[in-house]
Amino acid sequence: MACNSANCQSGCYGDEHSVKEDDEKRLPLPEYGVSPRGGDSNSGGLCIKCKVNETIAATHPAVTEGGGDRGRYCADCFRSNFFGKFRFAVTSNAMISSSDNVLVAFSGGPSSRVALQFVHEMQLKAQKNFDASRDRQLPVFGVGVAYIDESTIYPVSSHDFDGAIHQMELIVASLAPPAKQFFVVPTESICSHDFAAGRDRLTELVGAVSDITGKEDLLAHLRMQSLQKVALENGYTKVVLGTCTSRIACHVLEATVKGQGFSLAADIQYVDARWKIPVVLPLRDCLSEELNMFCILDSLKTVEAFQQPRSGINGLISSFVKLLQEENPSRESTIVRTAGKLTPFSFNRIPEVGDNDGHLATKRRQKKYNLKPNESLPPESYCLICNSPLKKPKSTNSNCFHDGKTSSGIYASTCSSCQYQILPKDPTSLENFFSLVPQSISALAKDSRDNQKLLRDQIQDCLLSDSDDGT
Amino acid sequence: MRFLLGNSLAPENRAANYSTMASEVVAATAPKPRGGGGRFCTICNERRAALKRPKTLEQICKECFYEVFEDEIHRVIVDNHLFKPGERIAIGASGGKDSTVLAYVMSELNRRHGYGLDLFLLSIDEGITGYRDDSLETVKRNEIQYGLPLKVVSYKELYGWTMDEIVKLIGLKNNCTFCGVFRRQALDRGAALLKVDKLVTGHNADDIAETVLLNILRGDIARLSRCTSITTGEDGPIPRCKPFNWALNLLFTYAYFKRLDYFSTECIYSPNAYRGFAREFIKDLERIRPRAILDIIKSGEDFRISTFTKMPEQGNCERCGYISSQKWCKACVLLEGLNRGLPKLGIGRSRGLNNERNKDTKETNGTKALQSKQCGTLDF
Repeated sequence: MACNSANCQSGCYGDEHSVKEDDEKRLPLPEYGVSPRGGDSNSGGLCIKCKVNETIAATHPAVTEGGGDRGRYCADCFRSNFFGKFRFAVTSNAMISSSDNVLVAFSGGPSSRVALQFVHEMQLKAQKNFDASRDRQLPVFGVGVAYIDESTIYPVSSHDFDGAIHQMELIVASLAPPAKQFFVVPTESICSHDFAAGRDRLTELVGAVSDITGKEDLLAHLRMQSLQKVALENGYTKVVLGTCTSRIACHVLEATVKGQGFSLAADIQYVDARWKIPVVLPLRDCLSEELNMFCILDSLKTVEAFQQPRSGINGLISSFVKLLQEENPSRESTIVRTAGKLTPFSFNRIPEVGDNDGHLATKRRQKKYNLKPNESLPPESYCLICNSPLKKPKSTNSNCFHDGKTSSGIYASTCSSCQYQILPKDPTSLENFFSLVPQSISALAKDSRDNQKLLRDQIQDCLLSDSDDGT
Repeated sequence: MRFLLGNSLAPENRAANYSTMASEVVAATAPKPRGGGGRFCTICNERRAALKRPKTLEQICKECFYEVFEDEIHRVIVDNHLFKPGERIAIGASGGKDSTVLAYVMSELNRRHGYGLDLFLLSIDEGITGYRDDSLETVKRNEIQYGLPLKVVSYKELYGWTMDEIVKLIGLKNNCTFCGVFRRQALDRGAALLKVDKLVTGHNADDIAETVLLNILRGDIARLSRCTSITTGEDGPIPRCKPFNWALNLLFTYAYFKRLDYFSTECIYSPNAYRGFAREFIKDLERIRPRAILDIIKSGEDFRISTFTKMPEQGNCERCGYISSQKWCKACVLLEGLNRGLPKLGIGRSRGLNNERNKDTKETNGTKALQSKQCGTLDF
C-alpha cells in the first residue's frame, strides 16, 4: 500500500519529534549551527554556556565530528557537560559504590576509551578525597581493564596483535595512579583451561553456525561470558561497558528484526544485573559522534587494529541507522528513547544491599531521581545461549505443538532467535554443538533438562508418543 | 494468535532473489525427501509445479498455491473471530493489488465457507489526477467483476480540497500527512454512510512490519503497542481488521496467477514519504532473511509496553464530532491550516527557520496549547 499512513485516529502528536514532522525525507542539514533541539544557530561563534570562549567549530576547524555541539559549546564546556552525563548516569543508578571493584571492558575503540577515561577520573577524584579526608571512612573503588582477544576467530598478524596490545598496555599504564590491572582474555579460555584445546573447541563451535548474523551474535555472547569469567575470577564486582546511544539504537533494531521484542528491554538499560557480575552502561546517553569528538579534543588514544565491521543483518542495520542519523541527527536518540519506554525487567537495577542503610539509600535515590520502584517478578527462565529472558508460553498446550521437534531440553530453553540463527538444525549436530558450548552456559542446561522432565510429565496426556520425535 | 510461520507462502516471484535467499534458506530448512523430483507439485503430485516456497523449497502448482493461500486466510479469519454472520463489511478498495486480492478472496471465502456477510467496496477518491482517477476505474471494474456494490467517497465532497489542490498549496513536504489523516476519516465516514459493521483493509505483513519500524523510529510508543493487532479501533466509530496481517507479500503472485485486474503504480506524490526509508530497509532485509518480516511483527506483539501508555483519552472533536483525543481532530486542525493558508498548522513542532511560523500558529489557532500538549494520559 503506497504510503498509506492512515494510522492517525486521534490528534496524537507522538513524541517530541512529532510524527507529522517526519513524514518527509529531510535534506541533509548544514553542519554549522544546527541543533537537534530547535534552531538557535549560533552565529556569534561563542560558547552558549560560558559565553566567553570560542566554540569548538572555531577553535578546532578540522574536527568534523560531534554534530550540533560543535557550533554551540567551547571545548571546556562540552567536556564538562559530557563528563556530567557520565557522572549523572553513574550516581542516579548507583553504578559504582566505594566498596566496588570495577572492571572496564576495553575494545580499543573510542567508546570504551572514554569509559575508561571517565572511570579513571572518577577514581582519581575519590582517591584525592580519601587522601584529604581525616577519618578515611570511604575507601576508593578499584578499577581493572579487560580486553577480550578474539584473534582465534578474527585472525590478526602477530605483529599487529603485539603492537596493539602494547598500545593498550601503555594506555592503561598512563592512567595511574591509581594503578590498574590489565587483562588480555582470549575467548577460548572459557571453552577450556587448556588453550590449544580451547582454541579447537571455539573454532569448531563457531564453525558450526552457518548464519553470518548468528555467528556474529554468538561471538558477542561469548564476549560477555569471557568478561564475566575474568571479573569473577579476579574479584571484580561490576563490569563497565562503553555502550553508547548509537550502539543501543542499532541493537534496538537488531532485536526487533530478529523477533526478540520481548527481551529487548533487558539489554538497553543502564544496569543489567542478570549476570553474576552486574553490567553497567554509564555512556548510555552519549552519541558515538560525541565520543569521537571527545577523543579528538582530549587527544585520547584509541586502538583501531581490532575493530571489525559488522556483517549480515547487523551490518545492514548499522548502515541503515547511519543513513537515518545523517538525515536527522536526533534519530538515534529517538530510537533509544522509544525503546526506553518498554518495561524493563526486575534485574535492570542494581540489586539492593541487605542492610537497612542500603535500603534507605536506595529509596532516597529513587525519590531524588524520580525512578519507579521495580515491582516486577524475575523471569522464570533465560535463553541458554544469549541469556535473554524467555517469554512464558501461553499454556502448556501450545508446547504440544511447538515441542514436536525437540530432542532434548535445549529447544525449550533457548529463544526463537538463537534457535533460528545459531543452533544447528539436525539433532546430532545440535548435541555436538552443545558439547562444545562453554561450561558456564551448558551448566544451565542440566537444570533445564530436569525442568524439561517435569514439564513433560505435566503434558504427558497430550503427547502422542513416548519419544519426542513422534516415533 | 498462532504464528503461522510454517505455512507462510512463497514471496514474489522474483528470480533474482532466489539465488541470494538460497544460501540462507537451504541451511535453515529441514531436509525433506523429494521423491517426485522437481517437476510435479509436491502437494497434489498431479499438476506441474509453477512456483517455489523458499522456506521449504517445495514446488507447488498454481491450484495448490491458491488453496493454501486461501485456506490460510480462512484460518486467520476463523481463529481470530473477525466476523459474525449477518454483518455488513466494507472492503477498503484502492484498486491496487492488495485490495483487489482482498476483495476477490473475501467474496470467494464468503461464498465458499458461508460467512453470511454482506460485502461492499469502499473507495476513497483523494483527487490525484493521473493516479487516483485511473485506479478508480479499476475499482469500478472490480465492482462488476466481483458483484460487490461500490461506494466512492471523495476528499472534495468531504473536505472541500483535493490532494492536487493541497499539494499545490503546501508542496511535496508533509502531503502524505494530510492524505493519511484525511483518508482515515474518509473511510470511517464512508463506512458510516454504508452502515457497515466493520472495515477490512488489505494491509499485509510487509506493511505491518514497516509500521512497527516507523513507530520505533519516530518515538510513537502508543501506536507501537497497537499496530500489530489484527483488529483495531474497536472502541472507535468502526472497527477495522486486516486479514492479511501475517501474510507475506504473496499478493502479487496471487494476483498475477489469477490474472486479477489491478492497478500498480506508486502514488505520484509519495517519493518523499518517510515510510520510504523503512520500505527500502525491509526490502534489503528480506533479501538476507525472508522470515525477518514476520519476526518484526512478532517483536511488535511481544514488546513489553505498560498498559498505561496504550490509549490516549478518547473524546470527540468540537468542530466535527469525529473521534479525537484533542479538542479538535487532526483532520480539522489540518483543514483549518489549509483554509487559512497556514500550511504548517498541525505539522509538528517547527524547527529552526520556522520560528516565526511557530509563533503564528500559537497566536491564531483557537485551541490553546495545541502544539505543546502531549496526548492525554500518555506517560512521557
